Amino acid sequence: MTTTPYGHKVYAMAAEYPSAAALYEAAKRVRDAGFRRWDVFSPFPIHGMDEAMGLGKSWLSGWVLFGGISGFLTAVIVEFGPSSFLYPLVVHGKPTNFFTVPAFFPIMFELTILFSSFAAFFAWQGMNRLPRWNHPMFNWDRFSRVTNDGFFLAIEAHDPRFTENGVYELLEQTGGRHITVVHED
Amino acid sequence: MDGAPATAPELEQARQQIAHVPLVLNRRNFNWLTQRISGVVEQPAPRWWWVCFMTTASIATFGLFCIGYLISTGVGTWGNNIPVGWAWGITNFVFWIGIGHAGTLISAILYLLRQKWRTSINRSAEAMTLFAVICAAIFPGIHVGRFWMAWYLAPIPNNWAIWQNFRSALMWDVFAVSTYFTVSVLFWYTGLVPDLASLRDRATTRVRKFLFGVFALGWRGSNRNWRHYEMAYLLLAGLSTPLVLSVHSVVSFDFASTVLPTWHTTIFPPYFVAGAIFGGFAMVLTLLLPARAIFKLQDIITPQHVDKMAKIILLTGSFVAYAYSMEFFIAWYSGDHYERFAFWNRIFGPYWWYWWFGMLFCNCLSPQLFWFRWCRRNVLVVFFVAMCVNAGMWFERFIIIVGGLHRDFLPSSWRIFQPSWVDIWTYIGTIGIFTSLFLLFIRFLPMIAMSEVKTATPEADPHYDLPPESIPAAGGERNR
Repeated sequence: MTTTPYGHKVYAMAAEYPSAAALYEAAKRVRDAGFRRWDVFSPFPIHGMDEAMGLGKSWLSGWVLFGGISGFLTAVIVEFGPSSFLYPLVVHGKPTNFFTVPAFFPIMFELTILFSSFAAFFAWQGMNRLPRWNHPMFNWDRFSRVTNDGFFLAIEAHDPRFTENGVYELLEQTGGRHITVVHED
Repeated sequence: MDGAPATAPELEQARQQIAHVPLVLNRRNFNWLTQRISGVVEQPAPRWWWVCFMTTASIATFGLFCIGYLISTGVGTWGNNIPVGWAWGITNFVFWIGIGHAGTLISAILYLLRQKWRTSINRSAEAMTLFAVICAAIFPGIHVGRFWMAWYLAPIPNNWAIWQNFRSALMWDVFAVSTYFTVSVLFWYTGLVPDLASLRDRATTRVRKFLFGVFALGWRGSNRNWRHYEMAYLLLAGLSTPLVLSVHSVVSFDFASTVLPTWHTTIFPPYFVAGAIFGGFAMVLTLLLPARAIFKLQDIITPQHVDKMAKIILLTGSFVAYAYSMEFFIAWYSGDHYERFAFWNRIFGPYWWYWWFGMLFCNCLSPQLFWFRWCRRNVLVVFFVAMCVNAGMWFERFIIIVGGLHRDFLPSSWRIFQPSWVDIWTYIGTIGIFTSLFLLFIRFLPMIAMSEVKTATPEADPHYDLPPESIPAAGGERNR
């Protein structure tokens, strides 16, 4: 674990970039240098940044599929349980068995959508480890511009390739400005 | 084609020909966008806001009083009576739920179609959707008469072991509307999180820092977060698209699954959905045209945006006009005596002027002005048409519901519907609730999706090659 001369634990070394394009180019360089534990920060999602960082497709969709299937099954149980078994209600003289399934479609559809949406909503927070009260990056005062017009790149001290001089040089070569060490606490 | 290299002026000319009109005018940069949009929330409330809010909140309070009076006294306080057992309550329900369709259309369908112009208007349209659905949900709740029995709609075991009829269109409606509201809230809040983080980072007081901090969930704009976030947003858009089309279809099943002339038709689902989008866009324009003028957002909600919304009104208005004429054609073509009478009664019966003014003039004719570019670019004309459509869509629902009921199969029971003052003020009260909620929204939350508008600027492109020094810091002085 890296520490500063004052005894602060180092979370990462970070730099600011002047534009989305500069950050995009820098990310490609950091990816090619073989770093694993690093991240870029921007006020909006940058198109193509996932490839520039070497990240694949988000598998959040798996959770949504799971949500959709459970929603559909819930609807099947909630509808056929009462209508066919607990309280068979003869309406319009129609049977109460599974042959009347078209009349049950709307609620199956709605619950599939409802559960899938909840899955998407909670999965994007869960997979991002949100919500959280704080994060080491917020210790850097310039970082408050990340939600306005700031573009940042941070390489974590946990990365096996992290060396203070090497990372400093890489960030400088890629056009990073205000290069700084970000403290853990 | 001949292989000769293009000269610089030729290239410049070609570039100008294919150039799009920018979605953010005057080359505004990211900081300007954040400042202008957050500024609305951060500055003290202007006096006009207090005047408007006091007025709308008073109206809303009186509306709530009417609801309390209805519940405590009974359904006799409404003008409903046989044969018109469904009147203003359901008319208002369908009116509000229809308005609630534009928000999700803008945020979901236009997102899937990669229409970047949606970014300037999606946040406020989604908020409008939520508030409209809240107003809509009031009416089925209170029109059941015995309000305290409304929980019977929920499929939970009860003492009497009586269960819902899941094959009833009214039950489908409960699920459709509550699902629609819930998914709209999730979608809206998901889009709001990065902007709440902007407000958190700009907050100066402890209270604001804490509240925005909690609701921003600790968002820090990390690309590893954006990756899952964007996938979630895409999937929510994909899920909302069939949902938005299903909701008004299900609402129309309430009518179409009966055996009443003018209701029992298969054209109802697409006809209702088109009408909902039509009315919803009109309400979006009704709210945004004043807002963009008051908050000087003309560089973000540009004439191009208004133009595109006007075109959607023209398109969906023409769908609606087609559906109206098809109803008349089918009534004649079916040869059914009752159908023919009901439609004849619609044009020449006691409610004739509702049809001539509301359906024909407001819904079919007034949007046709949008064939002309001058009309789409003139804010006053656009506002006039939007107001016509707002009124026309209420009349349309009234004609479908009361017009279909007031002369039933037995002429001795024919009766003209008279709304009571409680009917009228409950409806006006929901307009008060709707506008009060919208005023609170523009006061406390960013009314334009900052992080999304930023992606619509050229600087957001990772291949944008101009050095940032050449980008003007604050754009032109002129603020059109």
